[in-house]
Amino acid sequence: MSRKTSRPAAGKSRRTGRRSPAAAAALIAVGLLFTGGAYAAVSATTANAQPAPAAASQSNVEDGKKLFQANCATCHGLNAQGTSDGPSLIGVGAAAVDFQVGTGRMPMQGHGPQAQKKPVQFTQEQINQLAVYVGSTAPGPSIPDAKYLDADGDAAHGAELFRINCAMCHNVAGAGGALTEGKFAPSLVGVTPAHIYEAMITGPQNMPVFNDMNISPEGKRDIITALKYQEKIGNPGGIGLGSLGPVAEGLFIWIFGLGAVVALTVWITAKSN
Amino acid sequence: MAQDDNSGKDLAAANSSSHDLLPEDSGTGVVSPDAVENPGHPEHRQRVTDLNPKKEKQAERTVFILFFLSAVGSLWAVAAYMMFPIDGQMELVRSNNLFIGLGATLALMALGIGAVHWGKALMADHESVDHRHPVRGTDETRARAIEIFEEANEESGFGRRSLIRNSLIGALVVFPLPAVALFRGLAPYDEDPVELLHHTMWKKGTRLARDPSGAPIKASDVTLGSAFHVIPEDLNDAKDVLNEKAKAIVLLMRLKPEDLNELPERKNWSYNGIVAYSKVCTHVGCPVALYEQQTHHLLCPCHQSQFDVANHATVIFGPAARPLPQLPITVDDEGYLVAQSDFHEPVGPSFWERH
Repeated sequence: MSRKTSRPAAGKSRRTGRRSPAAAAALIAVGLLFTGGAYAAVSATTANAQPAPAAASQSNVEDGKKLFQANCATCHGLNAQGTSDGPSLIGVGAAAVDFQVGTGRMPMQGHGPQAQKKPVQFTQEQINQLAVYVGSTAPGPSIPDAKYLDADGDAAHGAELFRINCAMCHNVAGAGGALTEGKFAPSLVGVTPAHIYEAMITGPQNMPVFNDMNISPEGKRDIITALKYQEKIGNPGGIGLGSLGPVAEGLFIWIFGLGAVVALTVWITAKSN
Repeated sequence: MAQDDNSGKDLAAANSSSHDLLPEDSGTGVVSPDAVENPGHPEHRQRVTDLNPKKEKQAERTVFILFFLSAVGSLWAVAAYMMFPIDGQMELVRSNNLFIGLGATLALMALGIGAVHWGKALMADHESVDHRHPVRGTDETRARAIEIFEEANEESGFGRRSLIRNSLIGALVVFPLPAVALFRGLAPYDEDPVELLHHTMWKKGTRLARDPSGAPIKASDVTLGSAFHVIPEDLNDAKDVLNEKAKAIVLLMRLKPEDLNELPERKNWSYNGIVAYSKVCTHVGCPVALYEQQTHHLLCPCHQSQFDVANHATVIFGPAARPLPQLPITVDDEGYLVAQSDFHEPVGPSFWERH
C-alpha cells in the first residue's frame, strides 16, 4: 500500500510493528541475548597464569617489595606483618600470592563473606615479583613444579581423591557449592592447574589446607587430571544445568516440564475453533 | 444426584428440563431456597471444520502429516540406534541418547497430538448428557445373588461340614509360617543391633589413617588449617568394610590451640590443637565434612546443620540434636596419631534405645 493514501493502513501496520505481541517476545529475546553475551564475555576473562617461577634474584625481591608496598601494604602492613584490616603474610609462601593475585582475588575489591574472583590486576611478571618477595619473608609453600600440572596423571585415582577430599564442598562435578553465611566453594571449571594446585597447598580463605603429607604431589596431579578430563568430555548425559544437582534440575522440570503439561492440558480440553 | 434415575438424554431434552431438576427428596443435603439457577449449557457453536470444507480438508491433512511424522520418528530412532553406536566411549553416549530420544519423542508426540487434533477438529461434535444411574441393584438381582450364595453353601456343605471347614481354616493359618521362618533367617540373629550401634572399630591404640589408602598419619603431617579424612588403620582388613567405615569415619582438623575451647573433662582428647570428630551427622547421618578453616564451622550438606569445631562441635544452626561425638586421640612412640579409645557415645543419628 502506498504511503500517502493510507491513514487507516498506517494504523494497521502499526499494530503489526512495535505494538504487536511478537514485538514483546522479540524484545525479550534480544535482551536475553545481550545480557547472556555480556555475561559470557565477562566470565571468559579468566586468569590465564602460566607458572614461570621467577628467579629469586635480589632485583626481583626489591621490585616485588615496591609493588607490595604500593598495592598491598594498606591492609597487610609495610613488611607483610598484617594489620587489623588484613592477615600477616609471613610464611604464606609464593604459592598463596600466585593464587590470590593470579585469580584476581587480591587486591580485594571489598569486604564481604569472601574475596571473589575478578579480572587480574597485575601482569604475570608483577605477580611473580610479588610472590618472590612474599616468599622471601619466611619459608612457605612455593609455586608448584610444572611436572605436576600437565593434567596427564591417573584420572580414576584423582577422581577418587576428589570425591573423598573435595567433592563435599566443590560438588562432585566441580561445579561449586554453598557454605555458611554467604560463603561458597567456587566452581573449578576453567581454573588453571597451577591455581588448583596452589589452592590445595595453601588453603585460601576458608578452604582447609591439603599439604603434601595429606595428598601427595602425584595425588594432586591426579586430581587435576580428573578435573580437566571432566571438563574435556563434558556431560555425556546431555545438558548439565550447571551440574548443581536436584535444585537446578527440580527447578527446570517444575517450570518447563509442568508448564508443558499445563499447556497441553489446556489445549486438549479447549474446544476446537 | 437428582439426575440419577434419568436415562441418557440428548442436550435439548436436558436443557428443557434443567430448571425443574431440584430433587423432591434431597436426603441430608441442605437445599438453599434461593439457589443459583442452573444456567444450562452454552449454545452449540459450530467449528470451522464443520462450516468450511476447505478447513476440514486442511485439518485432515494436518492429522495425516502428524501420523506420518510419527512413523518417520520411529524409523529415525531405529536408524539413530545404528548410526550412533556407543562403542565404549563415554562421549558417544550423548549423541546416541540424543538422537534416539528425539526420534522416540517425535514418534510419541506426533501420535498423541495427531490423535487429539483428529478428535477435536474432525470427529462428530455434539454435546450430550449421560446421567448417572443408581448404584443399588434391583430387588430381584439382590435376591438372586443371595440365592446363589445359599445354593453354593448347600451344595458344597461348607456350613454343614464344620470339621472340614475348620481344618481348612487351620491349614490356611499355618500356611504362611514357613515364609516367616525363612525370611527371619535373612535378618541378623546372633548380634544385637543396639550393641552394634554403640560401638565402632576405634579402640585404644588404633592408628588414624588416610581415606582411602589406609596410610597412617603422623601428628607432624597435620599442619595448621589442615583437614584429613580419616579411617581406622585396620579398616581395610575388616570383615564388613563399608558398614564399619560408615560408623568409623572421622574428620581430623588442626586449629591453633588458643582457638580451641575444650571442655575440662576432654582437655587431653586433642593433641597440639589437632582434634578428631565423627563425620556422621547426629541428625540423619550424612557425612559432615564441609569444614571452613577460618570460622572453624562444619556444615552438613543435607540439612544445613552447623557445628562449631572450636567449641567442642556444638550445634550452632540446623536440625541436628547433639554435638558430633569426639574421638579422643594422642600420639604413639613413633609420632603417629592413635585413638585413646572408642567414641564415648554412639555416633550418628538418634535411635530408640540410645541412652
